Order: sequence, then structure tokens, then C-alpha cells
Amino acid sequence: MALFNKSKYLPLGLNIFRKKDDIVINKAVESHETEADEEAKTEEAVVSVKCRGCGKEITKTEAGRYKICPRCGKYFRLGARERIYITADRGSFTEFDAGMSAANPLGFPDYEEKIADMQKKTGIKDAVVTGKCTIGGQECVIGAMDSSFIMASMGSVVGEKLARAFEYAIAHKLPVVIFAASGGARMQEGIISLMQMSKTSAAAAKHSDAGGLYISVLTDPTTGGVTASFAMLGDIIIAEPKALVGFAGRRVIEGTIKQKLPDDFQTAEFQLEHGFVDIIVKREDMKDKLAELIRLHYGKGGGEQ
Amino acid sequence: MKAYDNVKIARQLARPTALDFINHCFEGFTELHGDRLFADDNAVVGGLAWFEGIPVTVIGIQKGKDTAENIKRNFGCAHPEGYRKALRLMKQAEKFRRPVICFVNTSGAYCGVGAEERGQGEAIAKNLFELSRLKTPIISIIIGEGGSGGALALATADRVWMLENSVYAVLSPEGFASILWKDSSRAEEAADIMKITAKDLYELGVIEKVIDEVPGGAHIDFEFTANLVKHNLETEIPALMALSPEELVEQRYKRFRGFGEYNE
Ligand SMILES: [Zn+2]
Repeated sequence: MALFNKSKYLPLGLNIFRKKDDIVINKAVESHETEADEEAKTEEAVVSVKCRGCGKEITKTEAGRYKICPRCGKYFRLGARERIYITADRGSFTEFDAGMSAANPLGFPDYEEKIADMQKKTGIKDAVVTGKCTIGGQECVIGAMDSSFIMASMGSVVGEKLARAFEYAIAHKLPVVIFAASGGARMQEGIISLMQMSKTSAAAAKHSDAGGLYISVLTDPTTGGVTASFAMLGDIIIAEPKALVGFAGRRVIEGTIKQKLPDDFQTAEFQLEHGFVDIIVKREDMKDKLAELIRLHYGKGGGEQ
Repeated sequence: MKAYDNVKIARQLARPTALDFINHCFEGFTELHGDRLFADDNAVVGGLAWFEGIPVTVIGIQKGKDTAENIKRNFGCAHPEGYRKALRLMKQAEKFRRPVICFVNTSGAYCGVGAEERGQGEAIAKNLFELSRLKTPIISIIIGEGGSGGALALATADRVWMLENSVYAVLSPEGFASILWKDSSRAEEAADIMKITAKDLYELGVIEKVIDEVPGGAHIDFEFTANLVKHNLETEIPALMALSPEELVEQRYKRFRGFGEYNE
């Protein structure tokens, strides 16, 4: 298969505390596509964020490597590169399709400008970063969505990168781990964005038919067309504690039923209770759990190796 | 004609329903009920029928003809059990190598508490996953509204056709306008830029065929449109049945794999 002949593998840049919708940035680190001493770089940055849980200003040092509020335990949303940084073994990540960028299939007004603006603000080309890496020594294909990029809406780039990730995994007999996060479809790509749901689901099915393990990790927020496609198709579905996970938006449902919904509606815990999530795993335990699950399927004595 | 005029025609109460087409195009429809897991969803109808002497599986999302029927049909908005019933019938069709013909007419999957509790997202996702590899032909016809994932769950098919005045979109023009401009009254404007008409989607390569309606809409001369549907099925069903299950699945994979535009 010559699926990746055009892709350029770029080193993983670290960008902790990048600007996002839900946290206030006092001073952001701008260090894309460099892999120089990452630890040192974050040390220099003076950054604090306002916690959405308790409203307190939390410094980077207090939030720590996993970006968890030390006062109330609230998880801050992670960018795609931050996610990969805490998940992949150091230096093991090779990015796929790093240069892929949105076209404008419907000729939607101002879409190119919007994309260019988001690329500049976030340092990523679109709402998912994919590649291969090892997790606790276990080789896998990884994808991480980034809610700071147009709410991680799924358009052609997200669909194409994920489909290629599954196809790469089929060709190389690798498991796939995808950290889902999404507000739903990329409105500006209309029906083409809808088609990405079938495209990614079909790729997941093909990978499954080839005997591949797919672990889907649902992070805050996973909704809409992503919930209704690849995010819910893992052989194993993990969620982060308290993550919003659902299909329809809360306001849409409240509008339909003319009632307020309880606070715990559409949480990871709600999904577990209703049978749609296998396990809830804390952020600081995620890497070890993923490594263990992959080892159970591909490790010594049971798989290819 | 503006795109929103199609939206209005597609949503008319007099618009021919899935059962109208099922009863006109097929013989001896035996309806089968239930998803075997939770309930029977009246928004989705499905079962067995004959088409030109061959057994087929037919499935439709059914809107009501009047208020009473609309309440029974939940206005054509399926719950997870509706999608699971559809999948059950499609897996049954696969087992017996029957072609599947779907008639899609929904403003979208139902958004409610029970739907979320029973996994609306998972139900749709599972349909996309299973339909993409179903080893029997699937033809889906959008006959009115093709509302987002709720329509796609019955339209991950080998051939997707649309009636001339039907629409197929990622969300309603009202929803689109309210998300993008915080103003649902700009729906007509939204409809124009969204590319939701049969003609637009044919040009985009999202569908294979546009089926004509008489001026004003299919309700004015239902037989005209229903006969065209039937004639098209007469050629397409045998053509798809001639393919091996592997060829069929591979072509369907390629059909969906090809959607998307990007720069690299
Ligand atoms: Zn806090």
C-alpha cells in the first residue's frame, strides 16, 4: 500500500497550555514543531488558567503534567499534542499527514480564512493529529482530536486522517488508539462532513475485520457525529472521568422535552451506567492502562510478536 | 427555484411516505417488528416483500399522514431501537442474500432522554459500521428529508438516490443558521449555501441518481415518481446482485472512502 507516500513526518512539537475556548491564558507558549528540550521550555513559561470547576486561577505548575485542577480535581481539556505527549513514550511519536489542510468543498464563505486563523491560533492544521508511537513499549497507531480547533468538528481532514490511520494500522498489523473529542460535524463542509461518519466507520470496520484492536478513548466533550461514528466503535471504549459524552446537545434535548436535564446527564459515568463505556480511567492512569490493554492483545505469547 | 422551496416540498404533510413507496413498488409486504433488545420503534418500518419475483428486504423511516399517525411515528424521528431494528433486518437480508432497499425520510434521529440513555450515538455508529461491510446490496432512496446521521444510518449504501425535491443535509437549515449566525430565521439563506438539494448532491457526487417529480412535487402525481423508482430498481437490483459479496463490499468501501476534499 502506498498510502503514506505523500506524508511528511514532522517531529512532535510541544505546546502545553495553548489557547483554547475554555481556559484563560495569560501567556502562551509558542513552540510548534520543535522537539528541543520540552521540559525546560515549559518551565520557562509563566502560565495560569482559570479552572472551570472552581473558578480559581491555577498555575501551570499546580495543574501539573496532566492538567488537573489541584483544588477541585477538574480536568482541563488537552490539545492533541499535549495528549500525545502524555501518552506516547518519549521520542516514539512519528506524525502522519502533518501537512494536510482543509479545502473548501462547498465553497463556503470565509471558510479558508477561518481555517487559516485557527491554524495560526492553535499551531495544528486541523482538529486531529495522527501518527504512530509506542505506549509503554507497545507499538500502535494513535489519533488525538483537539477541541480548540473549531470544537474538533469533523470535516474532510479529520475523516481522511483517521481513515488513513486505520488503513496504516491494517497494513502494519497495529492496534489503533483514538482520543475522541468533538462538537460534531464541520458545518462549513456540509454533506461532505456527514460522509466522514461513514468513511471513518467503514475504515474502523475494515480494521476490525483484519483482526485489529481499536481502543476508543472518549474525552470531554465527545458529541454529535463523532459519537455517532468511530468514537462508539472501539472494541474497548474508555472514558475520562466526568467527560461530556452524548449524541444530541443538551440544549437541543431540553428544547425537545421542555425540561431541564440533570447535571450528570451525558457524562462518562452516565454512559458507563447505561452500558456504552467499558471503563472510566483517570488521566494519570491512562497510559499504563492503554499499554496493558494493547499487551493483552498483541503482547508476548498472544500476538504477532 | 430556491433550495428552501425544496425543503418546503420535502416536509409537506402530503409528501408520499416510505410505506407509500413500499406498497407501490413491491408486492406482498410482510412487516417485521422489533429490535429484539428493547422495543418496536414505529418510526422505522421494515420487512419482507417481492420485487419482480425476487425476495427483498425493505426498510423505511416513516412519517405520518396526519397528526395522529405522526404521533405514532414520532414524526419520523427514530429512537436507537429503530436503527437497531433496521440493522437486524439488514443482517437477516445478508444471511439470505436478499437485496435491501431503504426509503429515508426523517428530519433526524430523535433527540431525547430515552434516546440518549439507550445510546442513539452507538446505534447510528453501529449501523454505519455494519452497513459498510454488509455482504448484500443496499440501495437507499431519500424520498423527503434526509436529516443528518439519522438518515445516514440507513444510507450507507451501494447506491443512494434522491427524489428531485428531497433534501439531504448535515443538519436542518434552521439549525445551521442558528449555529452559524445565531439566527434560525435565516434558514432560507442557509439552505442556499448548504448544498442540500438533489441536484446539488448529484453534482457533488454524493448521490448516483435524481428521480424526477412532476412540477409542484411527488404528491401531485405519486404514480409518476413511484414508477420511476420501480424502473430504476428493475435495472439496479440485478446489476448489484451480479457482483460477488466481496466486490460489493469493496466498491461500497471505495464509495465512502472517496468523500472529502483536502490539500496536502
Ligand atoms: Zn478547580
